[in-house]
Amino acid sequence: MKEHAQKAAEFIRNESRTDWHDEALWFVRSKRDKASHSIGEWEQLRELASQVKDNVLSNLDGYLEQFEANARRNGVQVHWAADAEEHNRIVYGILEKHQARNLVKSKSMLTEECHLNEYLIKRGIEVVDTDLGERIIQLKEEPPSHIVMPAIHLKKEEVGELFHEKLHTEKGASDPKYLTEAARQHLRQKFLAAGAAITGVNFAIAETGGVVVCTNEGNADMGVHLAPVQIHCMGIEKILPKAEHLGIFTRLLARSATGQPITIYTSHYHRPKAGGEMHIVIVDNGRTAQLGRAAFRNSLKCIRCGACMNTCPIYRRSGGHSYGYTIPGPIGSILTPGIDLKKYSGLPFASTLCGSCSDVCPVKIDIHEQLYRWRQIIAEEGHLPTDKRQSMKWAGRVLSKPAWYNVIGKLTRWAMMRLPRPFLYNRLNEWGKDRELPEPPKESFGEWYRKREKS
Amino acid sequence: MKVGLFIPCYIDQFYPQVGIATLELLEKLGCQVVYPTGQTCCGQPMANSGCERDAVAAYHHFVQLFHAFDHVVTPSGSCAYHVRNHYDIVEQTEEVKKIRDNVLDLSEFLLDILKVESLDSRFPYKVGLHQSCHGLRGLRLGQGSERALEKSSKLDTLLRMVDGIELVEPSRPDECCGFGGTFAINEPAISVKMGKDRIADHENKGVEVVTAGDMSCLMHLEGIIRRQKKKIKVKHIAEILNGTQP
Repeated sequence: MKEHAQKAAEFIRNESRTDWHDEALWFVRSKRDKASHSIGEWEQLRELASQVKDNVLSNLDGYLEQFEANARRNGVQVHWAADAEEHNRIVYGILEKHQARNLVKSKSMLTEECHLNEYLIKRGIEVVDTDLGERIIQLKEEPPSHIVMPAIHLKKEEVGELFHEKLHTEKGASDPKYLTEAARQHLRQKFLAAGAAITGVNFAIAETGGVVVCTNEGNADMGVHLAPVQIHCMGIEKILPKAEHLGIFTRLLARSATGQPITIYTSHYHRPKAGGEMHIVIVDNGRTAQLGRAAFRNSLKCIRCGACMNTCPIYRRSGGHSYGYTIPGPIGSILTPGIDLKKYSGLPFASTLCGSCSDVCPVKIDIHEQLYRWRQIIAEEGHLPTDKRQSMKWAGRVLSKPAWYNVIGKLTRWAMMRLPRPFLYNRLNEWGKDRELPEPPKESFGEWYRKREKS
Repeated sequence: MKVGLFIPCYIDQFYPQVGIATLELLEKLGCQVVYPTGQTCCGQPMANSGCERDAVAAYHHFVQLFHAFDHVVTPSGSCAYHVRNHYDIVEQTEEVKKIRDNVLDLSEFLLDILKVESLDSRFPYKVGLHQSCHGLRGLRLGQGSERALEKSSKLDTLLRMVDGIELVEPSRPDECCGFGGTFAINEPAISVKMGKDRIADHENKGVEVVTAGDMSCLMHLEGIIRRQKKKIKVKHIAEILNGTQP
């Protein structure tokens, strides 16, 4: 459970880089503040979005069936996947059927979650991520460190080096415009050769059976329009009841994610193009289980804007990779314990419970409260380190008995005053590594008060 | 007005001057303050570590000591927040419900109950306000920078009543200091880095004294300040409102 702490400590060892990372994300958070505070109804929008999502989560079965029926009516082939394995099998099956060996993908956190790329590459499919950030980390063979800005942990010089090696750009070139142009030329070939295109789904409208994909680069459209087969992969929670609800969410999403009023492209896909095929894969992969956990079901409202990452003072100073999961940061820390409580038992503790995540969240997920709740479950299920568990048991006893509390308080202050420094500041004292302990006073407030009462 | 004074454990043991300032300030404002002896802790350290079951005995003890008061005042937004929001796992007796309604952070009590409009204190220093998270976002003692609502802060309102004070806002007005209770020892690297960044922000604005509604944040910041032998000082808001000089 100490994994995050260790990775964070490694990240921070390079302090100027940590500062750079922190500033880059704080810049995005500040842009988000400006964009969201500039419209008068921001807080009402959040409330409305939260209520729409409440409705969706309470009627998910009905909406999903309605969505499926309408999509089929539009000529879309709809598939259901219980888990990641089934999702990957379905996608591969579609590609097999069409003998599509070259696949272009626009951003999809779901396919990251399912590890689709590895699955397909193992079976001889060329998979090309076409979102620039995604392509960068794909070339670098790294997982994304952020859900909206997957390569935010890399500096432009590092991208230049990578592109020099992989795309043969000029050595030492780091001009973003030049590098982006190189990526465009490289990706153009991939788009033209693609036998199929995959996109994620931001919103799926039950009323119309259509899916909506938001991008800034237009890469979802490029892929879908050029390839004969289009596949859209979505989690079951992506449903919105009606098209009229969409506006609430597109306004919230772009402002929360990057501080833009709207993403450059908001693409609506309803039916296959002439001569083409359109598939939608609807995936559960643990979501129903999360829906069944009363204290945590709200986490399914998430629209993957990444605002909680940008605002999180811990994420900004530890980087996305320190979380060890596709979706890092505060939202990742409340989703992961539901996936594997033991493996991710440290993540709900990678927080000061400052609550900033809950207040930036455009759909009002009570993230910090859920972190607190997961901590209770982790302790109850026995996933706390034994020393921590025992010390808390003792603390509980001491802090409910005034006599014990007073004696131990006095002893502690005495020890802090009298003991030589090495006794107090040693490797067991995590506090004291870079901080002084408080200077102990001669008397506690309680002792002072009793004296005052006597006199 | 009769109020129960709750002094959090770490203030009791390490920062008695904060308790004294709170008591003196309330008395100056005409309150009859009772400090029930036998106080320990609100239970937050265990609960935030995931062990709220181990905190239940402390919860009951707290309720038993304080339920008779109409107002329980504490110089800690964090402890008040904990009692109000996390005493939901014990049986909700009349006493428990009453306590959860009546525990107030000092700033809430001064502004909402006593309706204080002026203070007789002087503090001629450049002061930076650290908005402690549980007070700010938990008790809503002000509007956090995340929300698109009119800016406000109870602590700021109170500090402006102090003669001679020069209030300076850091460039990040309400970023967490990195204390976070046991987080400070579970993730010491980030905790300290966050603290260093907060201190630097205040220093860059020429702040002489950093204040806050929670001494725990200041204990953490002070630990870093003293280790790094910096000049900047910390003072709990109760001390400033009571006119304690640095």
